[in-house]
Amino acid sequence: MAKEIKNYTEEKKSGYLNMELLRFTTAGSVDDGKSTLIGRLLYDSKAIFQDQMEAIEIASERKGDEEVNLALLTDGLRAEREQGITIDVAYRYFATPKRKFIIADTPGHIQYTRNMVTGASTANVAVILIDARNGVLEQTIRHAYIASLLQIPHIIVCVNKMDLVDYNKENFENIRNDFNKFSAKLNVKDVRFVPVSAKVGDNIVDRSENMDWYNGPTLLYLLENIHISNDYNFVDCRFPVQYVIRPQSKEFPDYRGYAGRVAGGVFKINDKVKILPSGFTSVIKSIDTMGESLEEAFPPQSVTITLKDDIDISRGDMIVRATNGPNIGQDIDLMVCWFNEKPLQLKGKYAVKHTTKDVRCMVTEIKYKVNINNLENNTEDKTIGLNDIGRISIRTTKPLLYDSYRKNRITGSIILIDEATNETVAAGMIL
Amino acid sequence: MEKNHINHLLELEAESIYVIREVASQFEHPTMLFSGGKDSIVMFHLARKAFWPAKVPFPLLHIDTGHNFKETIEFRDNLVKKTEAKLIVGYVQDAIDSGKSIEEKGVNASRNILQTTTLLDSIEKNKFDAAMGGARRDEEKARAKERFFSHRDEFGQWDPKNQRPELWNIFNGKKNMGEHFRVFPISNWTEMDIWQYILMENIEIPKLYFTHKREVFNRDGIWLANAPFMQLKKDEQIEVRDVRCRTIGDITCTGVTLSKANTLEDIIQEVAATRTTERGGRADDKRSEAAMEDRKKEGYF
Repeated sequence: MAKEIKNYTEEKKSGYLNMELLRFTTAGSVDDGKSTLIGRLLYDSKAIFQDQMEAIEIASERKGDEEVNLALLTDGLRAEREQGITIDVAYRYFATPKRKFIIADTPGHIQYTRNMVTGASTANVAVILIDARNGVLEQTIRHAYIASLLQIPHIIVCVNKMDLVDYNKENFENIRNDFNKFSAKLNVKDVRFVPVSAKVGDNIVDRSENMDWYNGPTLLYLLENIHISNDYNFVDCRFPVQYVIRPQSKEFPDYRGYAGRVAGGVFKINDKVKILPSGFTSVIKSIDTMGESLEEAFPPQSVTITLKDDIDISRGDMIVRATNGPNIGQDIDLMVCWFNEKPLQLKGKYAVKHTTKDVRCMVTEIKYKVNINNLENNTEDKTIGLNDIGRISIRTTKPLLYDSYRKNRITGSIILIDEATNETVAAGMIL
Repeated sequence: MEKNHINHLLELEAESIYVIREVASQFEHPTMLFSGGKDSIVMFHLARKAFWPAKVPFPLLHIDTGHNFKETIEFRDNLVKKTEAKLIVGYVQDAIDSGKSIEEKGVNASRNILQTTTLLDSIEKNKFDAAMGGARRDEEKARAKERFFSHRDEFGQWDPKNQRPELWNIFNGKKNMGEHFRVFPISNWTEMDIWQYILMENIEIPKLYFTHKREVFNRDGIWLANAPFMQLKKDEQIEVRDVRCRTIGDITCTGVTLSKANTLEDIIQEVAATRTTERGGRADDKRSEAAMEDRKKEGYF
């Protein structure tokens, strides 16, 4: 199909079919102006419609705001509008001729850290806001730490409300230095800094005329141009089988296809592959989508693979390259972020979801809790409660086919589920 | 585009297909809501792609208000026949006849809200444990906060403050007896993505989406189609105009757009240039600032 699309675009010469998709998450403390920043991005990039604008103009007037409150664009639920806060992750969309953007707008209050982790889990870029008047706060450290823990490849720090510090260069540079000082302890590779005023519109979409001393790009320019094509692992082939397709129809009496989404590497027709956990080997016969066959498949494509041999394969199995497999094991070390009021129980049993596999596990050890104020490991107080982050070991009922989260965000991630309430209680990043 | 890279439409497609396959794997009796509108047509197209060359392994469910554009029903029946899909129809009229639902009165009367009762009844009657819907997060601000897998209690209610966190592409569809899920495979698509994808995939859609002459009247700035069960106010007058539908829903509350767009390319240009949201023409959303949130909490999709 990839081929057909190429021909299609060549025929049509329509630029929009060559757009890339970029997902980013925004994080900031309460009142850092995050909603305003998103409102500004949407407004200045003309993603806001007239009826939406009219609705918030009326609402701003009713609330007695002097100017149109762009934050109202993103506050979706009634309680949020009433209290002027954001409760849950909200997703926003806009596009420029270069890219389509999905924003996971996450609240900054401490009690909603789980939402930031949720938003961060699929993001290519984290936009972290800092109020120019307040500088780096405890919550900034938390946000940067979560971005590094979830291995978001790129971080953009927006020093906001520059208009309230007279667009002072030193102010911006001090914050940048403070951030770099503590982020040196984190595993973040690509950090950029932009001085902005979301309210006024400085350096969001248009270059600011108020900060001659800043020669760098605007926020939108960065979002449009950051290099994201290496954000997936294209080396280590991983194909978790999601669903087995057996039409048993007149037209396809013997068709047996393994449907799933490529989690890593590039699979090609005639590749020698191994099926895990059985260990049987075979050769890829075809890579199918509706009515068409592909030469190759790579992340994040959803395809159906057929093999030359008849092997018993089911959901939860994994197709890999014969010479390059994942780890196979039942004792797994991971970092967890805890989402539930009921703390993590040592020796407690939880349901586990990992790629397309469901197993159960027991927590065998709590190694430490991370003190996210100074990023030190606390080995004394090991209670992992709501919004805490820690390192634990689990033993699963069946072996998992996994990679470290650092190597592959898909095969390296799990969730824990409370078996009594069915709630998702933790996000786990395998070490 | 670089090597090993797919465009935004193919990435959205891959995500939606993954979600649809998860539903077929995690639930025993899933269904896919089908209204005959472009979003559900695209969603059904994605479902066919997800399971090809096998047939779609779940039935379609249409909640029929009885106030349809007749072209929608014709289109639905044709599509079902062509794809050998299974279709179940829940009639709002049945709930009205049995006294379970009470019809709204007055000029702005609509059966849109009544869909909720019939939807919940159909889910219970057919023992569906998951219903996929073609809602998109860009449509409305309460929808912007929806998960892909949206948990509903035994009354079908949505609790926006207590949603399950949804991480990576791991979807937790575990539930207790009597509870069910709403799943939104095309959550991340925008109106523009839908149109571009229809063009790219050459998907057939009802003729209503293209320009045609129709009897319409103007109410509070919105053009509504004339139909036998529409009640006109005194100062409203029927005129014949060139119009097309931007969304297709219950005829009583779906506005039409004055347009001469004749091809998909025309429509895409129109969507790119337009300055109002597509739900801007939906009278059901205009009832109050939190109209959608309230309906969703009660079990609307």
